[in-house]
Amino acid sequence: MTLLLAAAAAALFAIGTYLVMQRKMSRIIIGIGLLTHGANVLFVMAGRRGDPPLIGSGASRGFSDPLPQAMALTAIVISFGVTAFLLALAYRSWVMTDDDEVEDDLTDRLIARGGMADKEVADASVETEDLRHDEGLVPHGAEVDDGSGEDHPELRDLTEPIERGDVPS
Amino acid sequence: MTALLTLPIVLPLLGAGLSIMVGRSRAAQRVISLVVLTAVTGISIALAVVVDREGIVTVQAGGWPAPIGISLVADRLSSIMLVLASIMLLAVLVYAIGQPGAERNHVGFQSVYLILSAGVAASFLTGDLFNLFVAFEMMLTASYVLITLGARKDQVRAGMTYVVISLIASALFLSALALIYTTTGTVNLADLSERMAEVPEGLRLAFALFLLMIFGIKAGLFPLFSWLPDSYPTAPSAVTAVFAGLLTKVGVYAIIRTQTLLFPPEARPQQLILWIAGATMFVGVLGAIAQADVKRILSFHIVSQIGYMIMGLGLFTIAGLAGAIFYVIHHIVVKTTLFLTGGLIEHVGGSGRLSRVGGLVRTAPVVAVLFLVPALSLAGIPPLSGFVAKFSLVSAGTAQERWTIVAVSILVSLFTLFSMMKIWSGVFWSPADEAPDVEPHAVGRWGGPVLMIVPTAALAILSIAIAVGAAPLYDLAERAAADLLDPQGYVQAVLGR
Repeated sequence: MTLLLAAAAAALFAIGTYLVMQRKMSRIIIGIGLLTHGANVLFVMAGRRGDPPLIGSGASRGFSDPLPQAMALTAIVISFGVTAFLLALAYRSWVMTDDDEVEDDLTDRLIARGGMADKEVADASVETEDLRHDEGLVPHGAEVDDGSGEDHPELRDLTEPIERGDVPS
Repeated sequence: MTALLTLPIVLPLLGAGLSIMVGRSRAAQRVISLVVLTAVTGISIALAVVVDREGIVTVQAGGWPAPIGISLVADRLSSIMLVLASIMLLAVLVYAIGQPGAERNHVGFQSVYLILSAGVAASFLTGDLFNLFVAFEMMLTASYVLITLGARKDQVRAGMTYVVISLIASALFLSALALIYTTTGTVNLADLSERMAEVPEGLRLAFALFLLMIFGIKAGLFPLFSWLPDSYPTAPSAVTAVFAGLLTKVGVYAIIRTQTLLFPPEARPQQLILWIAGATMFVGVLGAIAQADVKRILSFHIVSQIGYMIMGLGLFTIAGLAGAIFYVIHHIVVKTTLFLTGGLIEHVGGSGRLSRVGGLVRTAPVVAVLFLVPALSLAGIPPLSGFVAKFSLVSAGTAQERWTIVAVSILVSLFTLFSMMKIWSGVFWSPADEAPDVEPHAVGRWGGPVLMIVPTAALAILSIAIAVGAAPLYDLAERAAADLLDPQGYVQAVLGR
């Protein structure tokens, strides 16, 4: 039984890890769900087996250990709440970009393309222009992520000030 | 005594509930947050004094004795951290109230902020590994909301990275908890500290590495840091300041706590910790040099600075740990100040990119001073607090003859100075090459909005005070380090033997 549970946890972790490494948000969320389930299965394995730990249930010895189950329950509740939040976030992202792909950090790309640091400072605007240019050349929805920024129709977002906080309806 | 320990967790939670109930009035919400956080600051200072005078204070939840009940423990390290955290939270709250922008007016901001502060306090005070997980989740869930409160496109993208990484770390933490419970049958830290001695050596090392990795993700250690500079800069300045000052430091606290308390000296991965510390410092600062935006440079510096704290831990001597604790004290204050100044730069300059702001030393001299003090302190220029912190770490390192890490730490200080000067020359000295993103706000008589300037200035003065009062503070850090290296006191206080 322990072996079976261990195998189940291992399988959940393996599939979860694979899914988490995808670029689509929906798959990542399912993957995270599987990862947490794997951890919960480990909790089920953790305690001692035995009779239900209820007062007045008869036997005074050989109870099962209730603590891991309580901990697993807490963990399930927490991961449920956070997964719901993540789904809302993914939905928000889908509303804004029409895609549930997780995008790269644009500034990272700019710096990767900019080469030397001080050149990058001077050429930041030129680089942005380059990316805009690339956008026209690459067909939209290309599967490969070649770092050309095809999924960033709104490159100005990068330079928007933080405080504006405007919420599109 | 009991109340002192529970109030820093309970008060903000009650305040958060109350804040939701009076959601129609922003003014009432602000008053609640200010009152609660001022009270928590007072309580945590009282707690720190009591702990330093009379030793470790514990509370057993529900009156059950330790390994069965859930323990709350305040020793010197956790009470020092709690004092700093509550001062930062209060200062940043005032700043957030003074900052123009949409997020701070959001109905949820104040209550979520209070929940964050409860989570931070609970992480420092808990004496139970599973409760540490719960406290982490409380803190992280609040931080997910704060980082995405504006719901702009860049925030949502950065928020997704942040949430996903944190969730994976949480899943790993859960697995570690399950495995540790299977092996030892307890999750109480004091009890674990005793039982870990009976665990086979290989398994013990595996647990040490597992916990190091999990908290390393939260703290931003090399090579697990890349989520941090990606997600922090998108949040509003006040939120970023709290994250930068506190959240990663909670991870550092958890690393220090678990590595010193749970594992006997021979089971600690000392060499590995030192290598990670060196790599974290070095890669972090190189990342900072490559950036061209104030907040992003500062975010990479968080990573780099975490390396110093871990270096102090990796020495596993009283001097090393005292240096690490002193470094944490200095870093929390200085880093928060720098991020608050970053917000001021965006306010009076109209942008955070180095090429789009310029000449602020003439137009906003107050902001320039407020930047220069913590920036030089971060780089370790005497006589500021960063110099004292780095000096104590370097002298602890030379005492141990760990020349490589000492050399790396000095080299990284130099790079830190370089990238701070890059901000200085880009933002304050040289003229702007491009137009700012938005029309800059008027500087005004006080050098900026009063409610933004005052907390920033207060923290800058506090960082100078740390340098002035370095001797008693370092003594305190040394006492805390001595406690950490001798876990018997902690174990006896919790288990009541």
